Amino acid sequence: MASLMQRASRAAFLAAAIVWAGLLPAQGGAPKPVIEKAVKGQQCVEDTEYMRKNHMKVLNHHRDKTVIEGIRTKKHSLKECINCHASEKTGSVAKSKDDFCVSCHTYAAVKIDCFECHSTKPQGPMTMHPLNADTAHYKHKLAAGAKKPVSVDDMAKVAQ
Amino acid sequence: MSEMNPNQGSPARQQAAQTVESLQRRRFIGAAGAAAGLAIAPGVMLIEVAHGRPEEQAASSAVRWGMLVDATKCGTGCNDCVTACSTENGWTPVAESAHPKQAPQWIRKLELQDPLTQMETNLPMMCQHCAEPPCVDVCPTGASFKRADGIVLVNRHTCIGCRYCMMACPYKARSLVHEQLNDTQKPDVPRGIGCVESCTFCVQKVDRGDGTTACVEACTASGHNALVFGDMNDPESEISRKLREIPTKQVRADLNLNLGVRYHGI
Ligand code: SF4
Ligand code: SF4
Repeated sequence: MASLMQRASRAAFLAAAIVWAGLLPAQGGAPKPVIEKAVKGQQCVEDTEYMRKNHMKVLNHHRDKTVIEGIRTKKHSLKECINCHASEKTGSVAKSKDDFCVSCHTYAAVKIDCFECHSTKPQGPMTMHPLNADTAHYKHKLAAGAKKPVSVDDMAKVAQ
Repeated sequence: MSEMNPNQGSPARQQAAQTVESLQRRRFIGAAGAAAGLAIAPGVMLIEVAHGRPEEQAASSAVRWGMLVDATKCGTGCNDCVTACSTENGWTPVAESAHPKQAPQWIRKLELQDPLTQMETNLPMMCQHCAEPPCVDVCPTGASFKRADGIVLVNRHTCIGCRYCMMACPYKARSLVHEQLNDTQKPDVPRGIGCVESCTFCVQKVDRGDGTTACVEACTASGHNALVFGDMNDPESEISRKLREIPTKQVRADLNLNLGVRYHGI
């Protein structure tokens, strides 16, 4: 119960902090987080908006599946987040203050201890993810991003 | 070594225990067979179980991973399994550690001598992946657990580092990480300060479908061939065949923990 209250009050505080930060003139306040573009992938496994709010839930759920049951699907695995989001400069998601995870977490003042145990660097060479069955539905978004109208053919492929 | 457990029980009791075990095993095989009949053609299933499963499928109790150590083949002075383990899992070997007394030992080499006959025995010792693990019994948080396929693990997300399990383990198989590891971990093997750890049967390799562990690969590569890893529930696996053919022992069999690691020649 206490932890629920704590969480609720923390969430409220965060929300307030974000609104407040938004109202400040550009010069003042904490420096805004740098959100580095993912190197490898083109589109996250979930909507960006959803992930900003819920990545911790997704990760916690997947971690239990992996550790206890041995299910190692790639879609919500921390390892895959790191594979995509490791900075080109530092090769890590948490080494320097502008790296993907650290940048936002510093801004929001939420301490994470994932990297006490987990490596912050991807394994092996960084290569582009191909779209798979799980991510194929993003194809139309990618096509839109390429500033090209989505053709009937493209849509037909998405449906498959 | 053979004198280690004088009260292992009368032959009759042993036989009774074996019958119970083989009955259990038959039940397992029966269940696996039924699933195979439903899912795929018979025969395909066996290969599926032995060489990995689809990544979205949970570890299954139809499999029980185990290891056979042939101490008669284990080389004097050879340390290849230990080196391979530390490389695969990213722990610092005792010799390179700044604090050797605290250094993790997921696997260690033992050299034993019978005081009466002077006979020397070499063997690697690690977590025995007990079917009835005392480490799991004592864990106050449920962090220490046995996976469906018999691999005993520590869930580092819930481990509080109380070290009860280290005291409970009869094989001194566990160790605590005392220091910050500063991002030296392997991406596949998260480990860190304040958590207890031990041999995982290279669970990352097992889940990948390698069907073997780093120590077994190293032992085979060194030409000693003292280690066999496999599914003890599959009667056709190499380990099951060997266990049927040669006499093997469980260390401290008197504790009745039904170990996943069996030794020949001790
Ligand atoms: S050998 Fe020790 S650590 Fe391994 S399962 Fe048995 S009691 Fe637990
Ligand atoms: S050290 Fe961790 S795994 Fe061991 S008994 Fe304590 S909480 Fe459980």
